[in-house]
Amino acid sequence: MSAERVQFEAGIRRGLVFGAAVFAIAISFGVLARPVMGSLAPIVMSIIVFSGAAQFGSLAVLAAGGNTGAAIAAGVLLNARYFAMGLGLAPSLRGRVATRIVLAMSTVDSAWAAASRGDGTFDPWYMAGASLPQYVGWVLGTIIGVLIGGALGDPKSYGLDALFPAFFVALLYEEARGRRKLAAACGGAAIALALTPLLPPGLPILIAAAAAVVASGLRS
Amino acid sequence: MTGVWVTIASLALATAALKLAGPLILRGRPLPPRTMGIVGLLASALLAALVVVETFGKGRSLTLDARALGVAFAAIVLARRGSLIVAVLGAAVVAAVARAVT
Repeated sequence: MSAERVQFEAGIRRGLVFGAAVFAIAISFGVLARPVMGSLAPIVMSIIVFSGAAQFGSLAVLAAGGNTGAAIAAGVLLNARYFAMGLGLAPSLRGRVATRIVLAMSTVDSAWAAASRGDGTFDPWYMAGASLPQYVGWVLGTIIGVLIGGALGDPKSYGLDALFPAFFVALLYEEARGRRKLAAACGGAAIALALTPLLPPGLPILIAAAAAVVASGLRS
Repeated sequence: MTGVWVTIASLALATAALKLAGPLILRGRPLPPRTMGIVGLLASALLAALVVVETFGKGRSLTLDARALGVAFAAIVLARRGSLIVAVLGAAVVAAVARAVT
C-alpha cells in the first residue's frame, strides 16, 4: 500500500468524528435554508460549495432580504481565508496537476488544521481523507434538514445556531496549543470582535490573519 | 429565485478559485522560513476569529445571546476532555434550554 493511501485512510478515520458533527450542522443549514431558497437549491449548494461559513453567511444576507451581490460578497469574504490556507498548503502538494487540484479542492478548516505538521508543512492526503466524511455528512445532513425543516418550526428554539460556533471551538481547542498559537488565537479573536461592527461580514475574519503575523514574532 | 442560483454558482466558482489560487501562484516553490512560521499560526488565528463572529456576530453588530451559553458549554466539555460530539450537540441543547426558559 502506498504512503499516500495509508495517510488518506488515516485521514478518513480522523475525519469520521468531524463528519458526525458536520452532519448535525448541515441539518441546521437545511432547516434554515429551505424557507429562503426552496428545497433543491440548499442541497445543490452543499454539493458544489461545501463550505459552512460561506453558506451560512450568504444565507443570512438573503434571509434578511439582501440582494444577490451582497450575498455573494459575504460568502466570498468569509471564504477568503482559503486563499491564505492555499498558500500555506501549496509547497506540500506533490504529484500530477490533476492530483494537486483535487487535493487543494478538498481543503476545509478542520481537515487543513488536522493535516498541519506544525512546522508550516502539511500532509495533503491526510487532509483529503479527513475531508471526505465531512463532505458526505454535509450533503446528507442538508438533505435531511430540507426534508424535516417544515415540520420542525423555529430552528433557534432547538439551539441549532449554536452548533456551528461550537464546532469551531472544538477545532480551535485542538489546534491552539503552545504560546505562539494561543497568542495568535487571542489576537485573531480580538481583531474579529473589534472589526465586526465596522466592516462587512467576512472581512474581519480575513484581517484576523494578521494576528498570525504578529504572533510569529514571539519566542516559542 | 434566479438570485439564489446566481449566488450558489458564484460561490462555488469563487470558493474553488480561492482554494486553487495559492497552489497556482506558488507552483510547488517553497515559502520562505519566516512565512512558514506564519502559516503554522494561521489556523489558530482564523478559527478563533470564526468562533467569535459566529458566537457574538449578528450581521454588522455584536450581541450576547443563547449561542454564547452553548459555546461556553462546549468549551467546558472540551476542557474536561469530553468528546467533540458531546460538546457540539450539547451546545445546541444548552442554547435551546436557555431560549426556552427566558
